[in-house]
Order: sequence, then structure tokens, then C-alpha cells
Amino acid sequence: MTLTRRQMLRRSAALGCCLAANPLVTPVTLASAPSDNRLVVIILRGGLDGLDLVQPRGDAGFAALRPDSGAALDLDGFFALHDGLASLHPLWQAGQLGFVHAVSTPYRDRRSHFDGQDMLEAGTGMDALGRNRSGWLNRALAHLPGAASRTAYAIGRADMLLTRGAAPVANWAPDAALTLSSQAELLLERVMHDDPLFRDATLEAIALSATDLGGAMTATDTTTSGDMMNAMSESVRAARTGTQPETIARFAATQLRAETRIAAFSLGGFDTHSRQERNLPRALGPLSTAILTLQAELGPLWARTTIVAVTEFGRTARLNGSGGTDHGTAGAMLLAGGAVRGGRVVADWPGLAEADLYQRRDLRPTRDLRAHLAWLLAGLYGLDRTTLEAEVFPGLDMGTDPRLIL
Amino acid sequence: MPFDPRLAEIRFGCGLSPRLAPPGSAAEMLARLTGPDDAAAAYPIARFSTIQPQLHALQRARRARRKAKTDAARRAAEDHYKDLRRTLRTDAARWTGHTFLRRALTRDALRERLTAFWADHFTARGVGQIWSFAHLPYIEEAIRPHVAGRFADMLRAAVAQPLMLSYLDQYRSFGPNSPAARGKRGLNENLAREMLELHTLGANGPYTQADVRQMAELLTGLTFDMKSGFAFRPDMAEPGAETVLGIHYGGADARLADIHAALDDLAAHPATAAHVARKLAVHFVSDNPPPSLIRALTLRYTETAGDLAAVTDALLTHPDAWSTELRNVKQPVDFVGSALRALDLVPRHLPLSNLRRMQNLLLTPMALMGQPMGAPPGPDGWPEDDPDWITPQRLAARLQWVMSAPFQLRRALPRPEAFLIAALGDSAPEPVKFAARAAESRAEGIGIILASPAFQRF
Repeated sequence: MTLTRRQMLRRSAALGCCLAANPLVTPVTLASAPSDNRLVVIILRGGLDGLDLVQPRGDAGFAALRPDSGAALDLDGFFALHDGLASLHPLWQAGQLGFVHAVSTPYRDRRSHFDGQDMLEAGTGMDALGRNRSGWLNRALAHLPGAASRTAYAIGRADMLLTRGAAPVANWAPDAALTLSSQAELLLERVMHDDPLFRDATLEAIALSATDLGGAMTATDTTTSGDMMNAMSESVRAARTGTQPETIARFAATQLRAETRIAAFSLGGFDTHSRQERNLPRALGPLSTAILTLQAELGPLWARTTIVAVTEFGRTARLNGSGGTDHGTAGAMLLAGGAVRGGRVVADWPGLAEADLYQRRDLRPTRDLRAHLAWLLAGLYGLDRTTLEAEVFPGLDMGTDPRLIL
Repeated sequence: MPFDPRLAEIRFGCGLSPRLAPPGSAAEMLARLTGPDDAAAAYPIARFSTIQPQLHALQRARRARRKAKTDAARRAAEDHYKDLRRTLRTDAARWTGHTFLRRALTRDALRERLTAFWADHFTARGVGQIWSFAHLPYIEEAIRPHVAGRFADMLRAAVAQPLMLSYLDQYRSFGPNSPAARGKRGLNENLAREMLELHTLGANGPYTQADVRQMAELLTGLTFDMKSGFAFRPDMAEPGAETVLGIHYGGADARLADIHAALDDLAAHPATAAHVARKLAVHFVSDNPPPSLIRALTLRYTETAGDLAAVTDALLTHPDAWSTELRNVKQPVDFVGSALRALDLVPRHLPLSNLRRMQNLLLTPMALMGQPMGAPPGPDGWPEDDPDWITPQRLAARLQWVMSAPFQLRRALPRPEAFLIAALGDSAPEPVKFAARAAESRAEGIGIILASPAFQRF
């Protein structure tokens, strides 16, 4: 999706050199795009309990740790899928859903959500904790041949470290909108001009809202103050559905059908300290909705799509005193899409006996989850191993290829 | 000391007001802060213990609705539940309006900023149909009275609040060997971990997983019930002593005093002093505050055993706090609050009893700006990093709001040139002065002044 010539002219006239220099309004053709492969990264916030999501029912230790685990669908005779993702079971049968188990970031022992999410999104080791200013997806983008301003899209109201950094990433929410008169645009550019943070965000907001994808209303040459008044009511209306998983996924699919190759968003609600049998399904529902919406909306592109869902850490192997689980270490990651070599749970299974648990408490990580992400980026976009191990995921040893994609 | 009244009102207050003169000195700000809470008296918000009977009634009505045996009984229960809920919803909309009226009309604006800061430090979110009403009453009861008091008292107060005990699952945590666990229930680490990581020592603090576990055992017994409020139940407490950071607490009998002793020790810990000092400097001065400022605040905290009026005084009187460069970006609550103050909002301008209009004019726009009121993303509260707030989508929501909300709230808008002085004082940057003259309408001129980085930063 590009700006029309008329919009382009009007905006150039209003904003002078600044907007013309903004990478977001540089028209992009599909021929220059790096690859036809689509990647969707979903950050699951709160610490998803991998042992409940993909239950190792073939491990004799599991029943002792989780005596009342509820209904689950058999996957491969050893692992079973939590009932809350039952709607994704057909994808498993079609080989388009898979999991990686007993993996974690290098984050250890402090079990803080906030540091854990920082490390997950930054893609760094413990040594960089607290000093992370850019995300691995952004650093990967810098090495994508032909990457342009909307090759990657961060979606939602919240900012994500995952996509922050030097490479341009489009940043918008389905319920965001901006309607300005030409004069207001001109004056805003003047007052924002000397403040890079505000100037860049303003120019990007103006550019993104000008596409049909952006908001409910689009500015025209005749936009008046009255239109600007109404625009707020429009976005207030749009806000009612703006954070729903269908809305986010549909917005992502719209971008991915156009210039975007990589989309990222996050889902919350996985911090199940209590009554997990009730609270985990409430968080899994939006995840399955998002995946199925992407499948439906992407149509033929689904065949080229890889969805990967990752979380900051797993949870305690045992239930806690209130039917939930506390912060742990290793967990599971989910892969879905037509490009995925699914129908498998990839794991070097550590076992669940007391002595096998990490600190006699958590599922033991047997591989760095960044290795799987790195192999995905290598397979989808041809990033080389040196770049991946030195820049995208500093300090990572990728090891052998788990062959996650077709 | 380079005290600047205008900067004081912008950086440590709620922004400039055309009606109220800025404070004349740091001593005057401190005197107001430690004096009577006039804003709370003028624009009251109920305390949690005041609304607790209503929440209890709501809980009972919900249960009655579930247990009704006949259609008629179900309808009656439903009506009763809805009546109770409507009353609370109306009250809650008014309380929200009052938080903004306090910001718009107070002479003691530092108190509003500190209340928001400490409420964020002790984030407790109300989840669900009953708890969602408790957020502002929690702050009013546990946080606001202590912003110029002792940190240790605020910590005790926050930990004794049903909302905190519910949000961080403490009321579900049983000593595994306690009588009430009956061999079936056990520990929940949530509050213990967040207390060490967020409330006191900080994520890099000197604690281990073993300390989290011991703290969780020590905290067992802290609970509440909706009828009588906070309670310490010895039968829920893990028998025996616990060791946190090398100090032993408790003995054979479980006592609340042992928990208080541990909280006091945590409050007095040097890591807590440094953690709190850094957070204050980040919040009020810069995302990357000068180390000398953090050191000064840490020192004052330690010297005064966590006297927050003294720590605030150290902040207001430190040269590093008075850089004329505006390094921080206002969070949406500060942004909207200071815009309303500059617009000379008075109570009749706010649709306090019209929940729908309050949502359309203030609450939904704030959610789109990234800060839905009372609903921070997690127990670590709102982000401090400026780039988190000034993303294209969040900034778009700010721009939409400034272009339309002032007119919708005030109807009669001032001339942009006059508003410029009201909002920015006499040192507005040249491009903003130009925009104020060149705008096509009053609404647009005011919108652009409020959108300018000169107004959005502090």
C-alpha cells in the first residue's frame, strides 16, 4: 500500500523536505521486497506454562506433578495438546502446527517478568541484562536484503523492544487514527521539527494514517477542524474492538498481503499464579483466534507463512498452593503456518523426575530458544550464521538445524 | 539553589494554570505537601474501607443471582446486582473526574504527582467486575496519606490492602504445613517476589530464589475477607521461623509483628534506598538521570530512614533536578491533566455523572494513548522510557485528543495567543508562537500548542 500521487504531492507541499526524506513514504514495489516468506512473531506475555500447553503425558513424572490436568488431545503418543487450543488440532493434523519444548532464553534464576521479557525481545544473553536498547527482530531486519520501511510491522497500542532499533519498522494499531487539516499538518511539522522523537513519530503517524489501512477516516485536501473533531469520536468507536485478537490479526494479515513480510504483536494473560484450569484457557483462546484469523485472512499466502509464539519463561513444574504455577525456567514455543514443518514436538526431553528438574523446581532447558529463532531467520530470509550469532543473537551457538520450516 | 517557579510547576507539578500562581520556593512546595490535603477535601475519592461494604454487597448479590432457584428470584437478584453496580459505576466515574480536577485546580500539585508515582510503585490492578472499582480507593487509602510520610509505613499499608492481596494472589497463599492448608493448599510466590523485585530491593537487588521462597512463607497469613477487610490469620501461616536476606523472623507462633519486622528491614535496606532513589530521579528528571542526583537521594533516604518528605526535599533542592532542558515526556495522565489545567477546567466542564461522555472524552483517549486508567500492563506499572509513549499510534491518539477534546470540554475556547502564555508561560519556542498566530481556528491553535514538544515534555 502506497500513498497516492495526490496525497504525496499534498503532503510534500505541506511538510517540505522532512516527509519526503521519511523512509515510510518512499514508495516500495513488491519486486524489491526481500522474500515472499511471511513471518509473524507473537510475544506471549506473563510466562506461558509450557508443561500445561504441551503436556508430556508419556513421562511418568507428569501425573505426579500435575495430578488433575484436564482434557488434552493426543499429539504423538507422548505429548498432548491443552484443550484450550483444540481448535488448532486440525492444523496439527495437516502438519501446519508444531511445538518446540524444554527451551528458554539464557535468562536464569531471577524469574522476573520484566527482565525476562527484555531478554526475550532483545535476544541477548544475561551479560546484557538491563542494557538492551534494541530488539533481535530489528537487528535481523538490518541484514535483510531489500528491506524497506514497511517490511516489518509492529502492531498494537504498546511499544515492543522486539522491533525497536535502528532499522525502520512501521508501528501502528488497528484503532489508531489521525485526521488533520493541511494547515494543522504544516504547523505540527514546524513545532515538532527540532525534537527527533516527536518529529519522527508525527511523520510516521501522518504517513500511516493516510493509507486506507490506518484509521477509520482519512484526511483529504478539504479536512476542516470539524472533521478533526469527528475523528476522535471515530477512533473512540474503533477502540472498542481495537485490542481484540481478531482485529489485531486481521490488521496484520492486511499488511502481510501487501508489502509487509514480518509482523509482530503481543498477547497477555499467561501469568497463571492461581486457578490455572480456569485462567490458562482464557489466555489460550485469543492465541488460537489470532492464528486462525491469520490463516483465514492470508488465503494463499498461508502456504508461505510461519507464525512463532514465544514467552519469557515457563513455570514451576509443580502446581503451587492455589492451583496455579509460579515463575519457572524452560517452556514451550509454538509454530504454525503453511510453511512450517509441523506435526512434531521438537525436544531434547529432560525428564520430570525430581533430579531432572532445574533447581528441583522448573522444567530444565535443554536448548536456547534463540537457536530456533535464528534457524527460522536463516531459513526464511537467508541470514548467515555469522550475522545471526554475532549481531542478531549475540553469543548464541546455533548448533544443528532443527529444520522447523519446509 | 536554582529554583524556577515556572519549571517547578511544570516538572514537579501538574503544569501551569492561568488561575493559580506557581509556588515561590521549594520550601513552599514542601510546606503544602506536608500540610492539609485541600485537593482531596475539595474533590473527594472514597477510601477502600469506605466502599468495602458496597463491594461486599455486590459480591453477595452476584452469589444470590447465581443461586436463585426461580425465575422471579433470579430477576430480583439481577435487578439488585445491577442497581448496586450502577451506583458504583457512577461513583467511580466521579472519582476519575476528581483525579483530573485535583490536577487542574490544586495549589499543591506536587502531591498529585507523588501520589501517581507511588501508586505506580505499588501497582495493584483491579481485575473483574468487583475489583475494578477498587483502584482509586486503594490509592486514596494506602498511598496518598503516606507520600510525605515514611516509606516503611506506605509499604505496610499497601501490603495490608485487599486489592494488593488479591492482585498478587497473597490471600491464596497458605503455609504448606499450616492447619488451614489441610495438606492440600500451599504457597503462592507472587507477592513475595514482586515485593523484593519491585517494591523494595529492585530487580538487581541482593536476593535469591531462596529468599523469595522464605519471604513467601513469611507472608502466609496475610489475607482479607470482604466483610471485615484485612486480616492476619495465624492458621494460614507456615509454622516456624523464616530467613530472609540472612535475618531470622518469627518463631513457634505466627505473628503479624514478624512480617512487619521484615517489611521494616526491607524498607531500611540500602538496595531499597538506591532503587527508590533511582526511580524518583527517572520519573521526575530524566530517563538517564545524573548519578550525582541518585546518590543524593539515596543518601537522604538512608540518613532519614526512608522519610519521603525529606527525600522529596532532596529532589527539589538538587541542582541536577533543575536542568532547563526538558528531558522527560509526560505520561498520558500528566499530559491530559496538565492540558486540563492550562485550559482552566472547572468542575462544571466535566461530565462527572455521565459515564459514557467521561469515557469518550477522557478514558478511551487515554487508553489509545497507551495508559488505560487503573489498568497498567503488569505489577511493574507504567513504562518510564520516553520512546514507549511516543510511538506513532500513541502519539496519534494525543494529537487527535488535543484537536477536539478542549472544544468539547470547554466550548468557549481562549485565543491561542493567550492560551500560549497560560500553557507555556513567557518562554514558548518561536515555532509554537508562530503556530499560535497562524492556526486557522482557535481549536486548531490550542491543539497545536498542546501537541508541541514544549508542552508534552517536562
